[in-house]
Amino acid sequence: MKYVEEYRDMDLVRKISGEIHRTCSKAWKIMEICGGQTHSIMRYNLEEFLPDKISLIHGPGCPVCVTPLELIDKAIELAGKDDVILTSFGDMLRVPGSESDLLKVKAHGGDVRMVYSPLDAVKIAENNPGKKVVFFAVGFETTAPANAFSVIEAKRKNIHNYSLLSSHVLVPPAIKAILSSPGSEIQAFLAAGHVCTVMGYEEYIPLAAEFNVPIVITGFEPVDILQGILASVRQLEQGVARVENEYSRVVSREGNKAAQESMNKVFTTIDRKWRGIGIIPESGLALSEEFSDFDAEKIFGLEKIEKQESPLCIAGEVLQGKKKPTECPAFGKECTPENPLGAPMVSSEGACAAYFRYKH
Amino acid sequence: MDLSCPVPITNYDKITLAHGGGGSLSNQLIEKMFLKELGNSYLEEGHDGAIFDLPGKLAMSTDSFVVNPIFFPGGDIGKLAVHGTVNDVACCGALPKFLTLALILEEGFPMEELWLIIQSIGQAARDAGVQIITGDTKVVEKGKGDKIFINTSGIGYVPEGRDISPSNCRPGDIILINGNIADHGVAIMSSREGLEFETSIESDTQALNKLVESVFSVTKDIHVLRDPTRGGLSSSLNEIAKASNTGIEIYEKQLPLSEEVKGACEILGLDPLYIANEGKLLVFVPEEHADNVLKAMKQLPEGKNSCIIGRVDNKSPGMVRMKTSIGSSRIVDMISGEQLPRIC
Repeated sequence: MKYVEEYRDMDLVRKISGEIHRTCSKAWKIMEICGGQTHSIMRYNLEEFLPDKISLIHGPGCPVCVTPLELIDKAIELAGKDDVILTSFGDMLRVPGSESDLLKVKAHGGDVRMVYSPLDAVKIAENNPGKKVVFFAVGFETTAPANAFSVIEAKRKNIHNYSLLSSHVLVPPAIKAILSSPGSEIQAFLAAGHVCTVMGYEEYIPLAAEFNVPIVITGFEPVDILQGILASVRQLEQGVARVENEYSRVVSREGNKAAQESMNKVFTTIDRKWRGIGIIPESGLALSEEFSDFDAEKIFGLEKIEKQESPLCIAGEVLQGKKKPTECPAFGKECTPENPLGAPMVSSEGACAAYFRYKH
Repeated sequence: MDLSCPVPITNYDKITLAHGGGGSLSNQLIEKMFLKELGNSYLEEGHDGAIFDLPGKLAMSTDSFVVNPIFFPGGDIGKLAVHGTVNDVACCGALPKFLTLALILEEGFPMEELWLIIQSIGQAARDAGVQIITGDTKVVEKGKGDKIFINTSGIGYVPEGRDISPSNCRPGDIILINGNIADHGVAIMSSREGLEFETSIESDTQALNKLVESVFSVTKDIHVLRDPTRGGLSSSLNEIAKASNTGIEIYEKQLPLSEEVKGACEILGLDPLYIANEGKLLVFVPEEHADNVLKAMKQLPEGKNSCIIGRVDNKSPGMVRMKTSIGSSRIVDMISGEQLPRIC
């Protein structure tokens, strides 16, 4: 398949791997931010191509994993209402809330529907005027523009039985939080290529300078990831720290202006709680005043709730790269993909699920 | 599908509760539809069951079919109900001979669609060389079912000298498959409401009993046969590795996969190893027979794309490994639950 197989080329992989071995003289810790990259690293066992000195730390870039427990409980509460159709991407359906999950609510008669696009949820609202259709809007900067666009569309078409339960999160504040956290050992970042496709990479430049870390915009195929690692190692060995774009076939400095415009129109930046990590300032998106009629939390007057995670789950430390999934005492025992204690074991992009699937 | 014959029942255009009541409308269904299309001496007997002879060691299997949508690119629920059970019996090393057919219909189900499905069942049974010898029809109230559910059971006999079991898998065995994987699952997905993408991908649903016989025409020394349906290739391979406590290695570069399925999987974030097939045969054969078995399989239309995808060893007993396209090695695990698309 064109534009994919070129980046899964064995000879090219070997060549870049050789270059990394020749360049690397010291131990380095590099974090890949995005869950899609973690998945690729496991799926192709890319660590086989790296010197032992390089440790890859898996970052918090899985939106399903960082959606706070309270919000999942809110979605579950909404899904149980008779006049509500709760729509969601498939990954969210199995994520455990504090007592249940959306698939269980569905089994008990809740109208929960999996959609592939928020525009499909708008369509469901249009076809079910007697129901309130809520879209559980989870995601990073990659999914936010489409979710914003669904609200713009609903408004344009005068569809008022559509709303978002918004749990959007942003990457740069998370990088900042990780680097500012005491004892952080991350020396370089592979930034998430698709987030940068939307946002461009200007906002990473001050981060690289402030914390003196190389940030390399990286794609998702084996050749992309190894190229990102090579660029990081080169910078680290030379003692420089700058933003470098190794995914220039889709990422430009400015990003996708139209997508950013719909995001800015519909959303406003807020402090947001990340599951397992805590509140990160200015790291989330909520519906702006102008679109508050489409905000499910306001429409349904959902109360603020505080919930405790399972004490066995170390998802927070895993998401910050402080521990590997296999260091969790519950890994593969009390916590498996069939019976997950924490979200990283559910989502296909979660570090725990990736380890379980490819490495246990 | 072409409507080859007009619907033989014209006084009702939809199934009513009375069609499952055992009275005159039930009889009308049996006589005008089922006997007309599926008729044979066993059914025509009009008995409560069928009495038959089969030689030697017997093999039996049962399966229920609830596919949605009931008509999909490359097939329909009727065809699937015949192929699914025929293939399970054939993968025991048996020659499938007879099927039972039980229908659960939802009140209001269009007679025309039932007729299409019955014709499809008839055609598939004739093609596979099996007879439907007893059956049952029930009707449930509207909303208590979903159009049509089908159960088929099948029976066949195992010729002397054949010994097929997942626990027979041995280090050194070569693993063959008869063509592209994941076609069925992707065809079904592409026709589901809410996931609108246009492809020309068709389900691979087909009977495998003739292909199985072509394998045995080379040697009786076949260790394992399996049709990897739900859960895809990875689930079948994992089950075999566990049952025999051997290690299985497959080669990513040699896995047959159409460009369209590859593309659909990339876009939807699905792994073809976990996607259902309905007409694929895995053959585990000792190395010395592998080339000849492969040649024999390729002679038949359902085996023309047969190839080697892996081998059995004694490294990592009970586990499946994959040599990836870039030369590394990783575990291929069983799937847990339904495969759900990625969200970013």
